[in-house]
Amino acid sequence: MTLLDINKLTVEFPTRRKVFRAVDAASLTVEPGQIHGLVGESGAGKSTIGAAVLGLLERPGHITGGEIVYKGDTISGLNSDAMRKLRGKKISMIFQDPLTSLNPLFTVKEQLVETIQAHHDVSDAQAVQRARDLIDRVGIPDPDTRLNQYPHQFSGGMRQRVVIALALCSEPDVIIADEPTTALDVSVQAQILELIKELARERQVGVILVTHDMGVIAETTDVVTVMYAGEVVENGPTEQVMGRPEHPYTKSLIAAVPRPTLKLHRFPQISYGGRETRFAIEDLARNWPKVENDPSKPLYEIKGITKRFLQKRGLLPWSREYFTAVDQVSFDIKPGEVFGVVGESGSGKSTVARMIAGLYQVDEGEVIFDGKTVSNLSDKAVQTAYRQDIQMIFQDPFSSLNPRMRVDEIVAEPIRHHKLIEGNAIQKRVTDLLDQVGLGASAALKYPHEFSGGQRQRISIARALATQPRFLICDEPTSALDVSIQAQILNILKDLQEHLGLTMLFISHDLPVVRQMCDRVAVMKAGKIAEIQDTESLFANPRTEYTRELLDLMPKLDDLSTENLE
Amino acid sequence: MLAYIIRRVFQSVIVLLVVGLVAFSMFRFVGDPIDNMLGQERTQADIDRLRTDLGLDKPFPVQYFKFLQGAVQGNFGVSYRQGRPVSTIIAERAPATLELAMVSGFLAISIGIALGVFTAIRRNGIAANTIMTLSLIGVSLPTFLIGILLIYVFSVELDLLPSFGRGETVQIGGWSTGFLTASGLKALILPSITLGLYQMTLIMRLVRSEMLEVLRADYVRFARARGLGERAINFRHALKNTLVPVITVTGLQLGSIIAFAIITETVFQWPGVGLLFINAIQFVDIPVMAAYLMLISVMFVGINLIVDLLYFAIDPRLRVDGRTA
Repeated sequence: MTLLDINKLTVEFPTRRKVFRAVDAASLTVEPGQIHGLVGESGAGKSTIGAAVLGLLERPGHITGGEIVYKGDTISGLNSDAMRKLRGKKISMIFQDPLTSLNPLFTVKEQLVETIQAHHDVSDAQAVQRARDLIDRVGIPDPDTRLNQYPHQFSGGMRQRVVIALALCSEPDVIIADEPTTALDVSVQAQILELIKELARERQVGVILVTHDMGVIAETTDVVTVMYAGEVVENGPTEQVMGRPEHPYTKSLIAAVPRPTLKLHRFPQISYGGRETRFAIEDLARNWPKVENDPSKPLYEIKGITKRFLQKRGLLPWSREYFTAVDQVSFDIKPGEVFGVVGESGSGKSTVARMIAGLYQVDEGEVIFDGKTVSNLSDKAVQTAYRQDIQMIFQDPFSSLNPRMRVDEIVAEPIRHHKLIEGNAIQKRVTDLLDQVGLGASAALKYPHEFSGGQRQRISIARALATQPRFLICDEPTSALDVSIQAQILNILKDLQEHLGLTMLFISHDLPVVRQMCDRVAVMKAGKIAEIQDTESLFANPRTEYTRELLDLMPKLDDLSTENLE
Repeated sequence: MLAYIIRRVFQSVIVLLVVGLVAFSMFRFVGDPIDNMLGQERTQADIDRLRTDLGLDKPFPVQYFKFLQGAVQGNFGVSYRQGRPVSTIIAERAPATLELAMVSGFLAISIGIALGVFTAIRRNGIAANTIMTLSLIGVSLPTFLIGILLIYVFSVELDLLPSFGRGETVQIGGWSTGFLTASGLKALILPSITLGLYQMTLIMRLVRSEMLEVLRADYVRFARARGLGERAINFRHALKNTLVPVITVTGLQLGSIIAFAIITETVFQWPGVGLLFINAIQFVDIPVMAAYLMLISVMFVGINLIVDLLYFAIDPRLRVDGRTA
C-alpha cells in the first residue's frame, strides 16, 4: 500500500506584489522501504514539499491546491493540533545542519527521552532504555557515556546520527531527510547514507531524500523526482532518470555534474531556462598586465610551515596546551598552474591558505613568493605590496560580502586601498569588471542581498580581480552553490588561469571538482601532507592508503548519462 | 573552575581599590565637613584641632590608606554627623533597602520573563501589542514621577496604601523586617513597584526579542518536526536558550536596583541606605559616603561573579572550553 501520495500539490506564498508559487502541481508517491530522491536546484521547491507534508510551511505560505494522502487519509488541511499528532509520530524529519538542529543546552538523553515520552506512554526508565537502544542502533559507539553528553561534544557526523535517532523515536513510517549530508565530509556522508538505506530496508520506512547532489541521488535512491521552478519535470526509477534522462533540464543538470572518472576541458553549462550568463574573458584579458611566467622557477615555495592554536590557556607557558593545525607542510606552486589542496574538514587546508595569504602568522617555516619571504612580514609597505598580488575567493558568498556596502563600493575597495588608480578611472574599472563577470554595469548600485549565490560569487571574483593579482586563493569557492552554478563559476576560474596566466591555490573537499580544476594536488590529513602528485596520476595511482580511501568514497557516477559531454 | 573564581576575586579586589581611590579623590570637592560639625562660636584653634584629629589635613592618598587600614579590620570609622560607628549605622539601614530590592527584583524578573515569553509567542495578538505599547511608558517615565503618581492615586485619592516609611517592623536578631506585619507589607507595595517597573519592562523587552530569535532556530523547528508539544517547545527548549543573554543584563540591572534605590527611597522616605547616603552628602559625612560606595561596588562585583557562574550552570558548552570531543 502506498505510504504517501502527494497529488498535484500547489503551495503559494503571497507577497506584497504578487503570489509566488513555490510548488506547482507536483505529484509523487512513496512506498514502504523505498528511498525517493527529490532533486533540483535551490529555489526549485523541493524543501517546500517536505515542509508541506509535515505541516511546517513558513507563513504566509500555504497549500492552495492538490492533496497529501497518508495511508489513504488526506492529511493536507488538517488543523494544527491533529497535524502535530501526526508529526513525529508517523512522519518524521531530518534537517540539513546537524550543528544547529540539536538544542545545545540539553543532553542527548534529555532530548531523546522527551521525544519518546511525547509519543509513547512509557516510564522514565523504559524511555531511557529505548533511547540507549536507538543510540546504539544508529551506530554511536559507547552509548552509555554518549547519552549523557551534550551535542557540542559530538562531531558533525555523530550529531547527524543523533538527529536520525531523534527522528526514529516515534517509529515513523515516513522520514523526510532534507539535505541530510550536505554539511558533512565525504567519508561521513557515505556512512550516514548507508545508515539511512539500512533503516529504510530494515524498518520498511519510506524516505523522501531532498538533495541537490546528483551523486547522492545516484548512490542512494530507488526512485527520483526532478524539480525545476516548482514543477516536476521528470519522475521515474533512478537508473532510468540518471542514465537516460528525457527532459532537457534533467539532461543539462546531469551534464553539469563533475565526473570523477573523466577530465573535461570545460564544464557543460546548463542551458535550460536561459540562465547562462556570459563571462567576457577576452575583454578582461585585453587590459590585463602581461605576466611573464618563468616555468623553471616556482612562484611559491612553502617551506615547512607550522601553525599551532592555543587550546587551553594558562598563566605559565608550560601549563598551556596547543593544537597543531598544520604540521611541517612544504610544497611549491609553479607559475600558471592550479594547485589543489584536498582533505576532510579539520585537516588544516584552510589554515594553510590563510598562512600563505598572510592572514595567520607562521609559527615555523616560511612562505617565499617570487623569491621573497612573505610570511610574518613586519614592514607594512612590503606587506601591502604583497597583498596586492594575491587575492582570495571565499566559500560562503553570503557572509564574505559586506551587506551594508553597495556592489561598486565592494569592488572598488581593493583599488582604493592599494591606490592603484584614482578618480573616474576607478568607476570605469569597476563597471568594466562587473560587465566582464557577467553581472552588467547596472549591478553597481545594488546591494549584495539582491543577488543569488552564484551572482554573489561573481561579485567576489570581480573584487578579487580588481587589483589585477598574480595569484588567487580559492577556498571551497563552489561548495555552497548548485551544480549548474558551480559549473559556471569553475569555468570562469579556468578562463582566468588560461587567458590571464593566473596561478591558483584551489582548496576543496570535492574530489571530482578537484580533478576537473587542478594540475597538481596535495592531499592533507590531520595537518600533514599525505601526498602530492599530478592530478591525473593521483586519480590513477594513489600512493597512500588514505588517498585510496578518499577516492573510493567518491560517488560512483558510472550510471549517469554522458550525453552532452564533450 | 576554582582557578577561574580565584582570578575573578583577584580582579574584583583591584576594582574595589580603584573605586575607593576615585571616591576619595572626589570627597574634597563635596565640601568641608568641619563647617557642619562645629557651631557658630568656633575658633581657628578648634578648627585646626578637629582637622588634625580627623586626619583631614593629610593628602587624600594618605586618608585613603588609613580608610583601607580600618576597612580591612572591619572598622569603617565613625560618622561625623551621628558620632556612631558607620558599620552600625549601615547595618541598621541595610535591611530596609535589601528587602525593598528583593521584592522589586523578584517582581521585575518574574513578571518581566512571563510577559516577555507571552508577547513573543503571541507576537501579533492584541494583548501582546497592548503590553508592548504600555511597556514603552514604563521605560520612558522617570522613576520619581512614577512614585509620585502612585502616591497620588493610591495614598492621596484612594487612601489604600501608605505614602511613606516602612510601617511596623519586627526585629529578628540584628535584622529588622517588614515582611511580618500587615502595615510593613502594605508599605512595601508602592516603593517596590516604583523601583522595579523600569527593570521589569527592560527584562520583558529583552526576553521577547531573544525569544523571537530562538523560536526561529533550527533546533526549535526540529523539535516541532518530531512532534513535541507547544509547551515543551516554548518553555523548555526556547526559554532556556533565551536565558543565556538575558542573565547578563538582568544581573547588572539587579545591581542597580540595590545601588540606585536612592531616588525611590527619597520619594517614599524609605529608611534605607540610599536615604542615608543622600543625607551623608548634605553633611559631607566622609566615612559614611566611603563605606556606602565600597558596599555598592562589592555588590556589583559580587553580582557580576554570580552572573558568570550562572553561565556555566546554564550553558554546557562553556564547561569544557568549547572543545568538541
